[in-house]
Amino acid sequence: MTEPVIQVRELRKTYALDGIEVQALRGIDLTVQPGEFVAIMGPSGSGKSTLMNILGCLDVPDSGSYRLQGRDITHLDPDALAELRNREIGFVFQNFNLLARTSALENVETPLIYAGVGREERHRRATEALQHMGLGERLASQPSQLSGGQQQRVAIARALVTKPTLLLADEPTGNLDTATSADIMAVLDTLNRDEGVTILLITHEHEVADHAQRTLVVRDGQLLEAGA
Amino acid sequence: MSWSAALQLALRALWRNKTRAALTALGVIIGVASVIAMVAIGAGAQQRIAETLESMGTNTLVIRPGSVTRGGVRTGAGGITSLTRADAAAIADLRDVVAVAPSVRSSAQVRYRGTNWGTAIEGVTADHAAVQNWPLAAGDFISEQQVTAAAHVCVLGQTVARELFGLASPIGETVVIKSMACRVIGVLSEKGATAWGSDRDDAVFVPITTAQRKLMGITHVQRIEVSTSGREAASRVLKDIKRLLRARHRLGKDQADDFRSHNFAELAQSSEESARVFTWLLGSIASVSLLVGGIGIMNIMLVSVTERTREIGIRMALGARHRDILWQFLLEALLLSAAGGLLGILLGLIGAQAVSRFSGLPISISAGSVLIAFLFAGLVGVFFGLHPARKAARLRPIEALRYE
Repeated sequence: MTEPVIQVRELRKTYALDGIEVQALRGIDLTVQPGEFVAIMGPSGSGKSTLMNILGCLDVPDSGSYRLQGRDITHLDPDALAELRNREIGFVFQNFNLLARTSALENVETPLIYAGVGREERHRRATEALQHMGLGERLASQPSQLSGGQQQRVAIARALVTKPTLLLADEPTGNLDTATSADIMAVLDTLNRDEGVTILLITHEHEVADHAQRTLVVRDGQLLEAGA
Repeated sequence: MSWSAALQLALRALWRNKTRAALTALGVIIGVASVIAMVAIGAGAQQRIAETLESMGTNTLVIRPGSVTRGGVRTGAGGITSLTRADAAAIADLRDVVAVAPSVRSSAQVRYRGTNWGTAIEGVTADHAAVQNWPLAAGDFISEQQVTAAAHVCVLGQTVARELFGLASPIGETVVIKSMACRVIGVLSEKGATAWGSDRDDAVFVPITTAQRKLMGITHVQRIEVSTSGREAASRVLKDIKRLLRARHRLGKDQADDFRSHNFAELAQSSEESARVFTWLLGSIASVSLLVGGIGIMNIMLVSVTERTREIGIRMALGARHRDILWQFLLEALLLSAAGGLLGILLGLIGAQAVSRFSGLPISISAGSVLIAFLFAGLVGVFFGLHPARKAARLRPIEALRYE
């Protein structure tokens, strides 16, 4: 039996915001199996961004445990977390977060640079990833020369170029119009269905969440099955 | 992350802000250029002083007869006759004394065929030319045998040779000094004026014995030049000479010296010391501008870190470790200072040449000063780049990503 991609137990996180303690997460349990497509919904301030940050190894919990691919990563140092972000996790953000004034190709090459991949292989893999996203003609384009949908495709290419275990998508369609949103969701569907990419999606739109096999809701720092 | 990749990232980041990078580097360029130019000018002045002193004969002590009081009347300097060639011979035996040249001097009319010329007659020993660091233009200098024999020979300074012989060679000709016929055996090369403006080439040199007995009728010497093994030895040798001469002249404890001494080595040392201080002064003033250039780098890098906070956040999300971010920003600062350093060296060399061309000041550029200026620029880059780079590396990924 394969290990779950994500196995989270009793995750808690408290922030001090302007001197007031905010309990962002109050005991989250979550398991995501390989090949799953899971959506997490919740109103703003519900703690879903905090959960996303911890699952993405951008932040650490106060207590609880987090196993990524069966490995306990709760107490890793910042450098080890950086390596996990590089190898195991691909991020897709609402505002794309592409490096400005940097070509699509260089954007996609960036995670490979930090992985220590040599120049030629970097070039080849990034080109392939962009071609896979239908952007073979736009390798040299900078983000400002691309449409929103194209920018998000570059971001997806960048997220997948290191062949991560998990694709974390934080409101990937939040800045896109309806047609483009559908387009991007179709890309994610294909990746999940045909290539077995495990996807964890955070959204507040039901139409987007409907693409997932399983939808969870964060409310007041706790995770509930949808409809509960 | 590999070095080449890091370098590429830094270069690309600088290229994106070409104007800003160029202006930032300009601070370092001006700093390094002024250090190089100032030190070159200072070192040039130092070298010229050293050359001047060298031609005057450094490491040299001069002993002259002092004044004496007889019956309440004090004679002027040189008024007494206690200094002798025997004193000179005794001084020659002291430690660290390389050569001793006693001399006498008077003036006389020198005649050659129909023409004549009034000039200084110097009675010297065989060592004189060597002690004075004064090479011959033609012929030979006076030999020891000629001194012992009080021979009727002479060596002419350039001015005298020109006045009496014009362009013809004086070697082997006979001139008449006062009433004494003298064979010319050599001509000295041109020495130029002394520091106080008298023409050193306007003199005729004869053996000291000849001058004392045949021309002046004296037995004492008027001047003893002592050449020492080094500048450091000079002041010690001077003390030894004083002690020696006091003993030889049988001076009591309460009696004043009957001779005077001048230490040219000390004079040389103090002039060179002041030239060195001058160079340092110029260099340190110029270093201030290099420091200001460094602060410029820090300022721009701090602005850059703030501006690029989101970029840093994205890079961290994509797997950049703290040291990757640190190196990226440090490399940018280093590239700025290194490029500034190289261009500054170029500009400094051109500037120094230009100053030397227009003002006639001598310049001296040493590889050492260029290297030091460049290393200093690099150090400035590290020093002022480190703080912004650490600031960037310490950002927390979620905060950097959220930064608007």
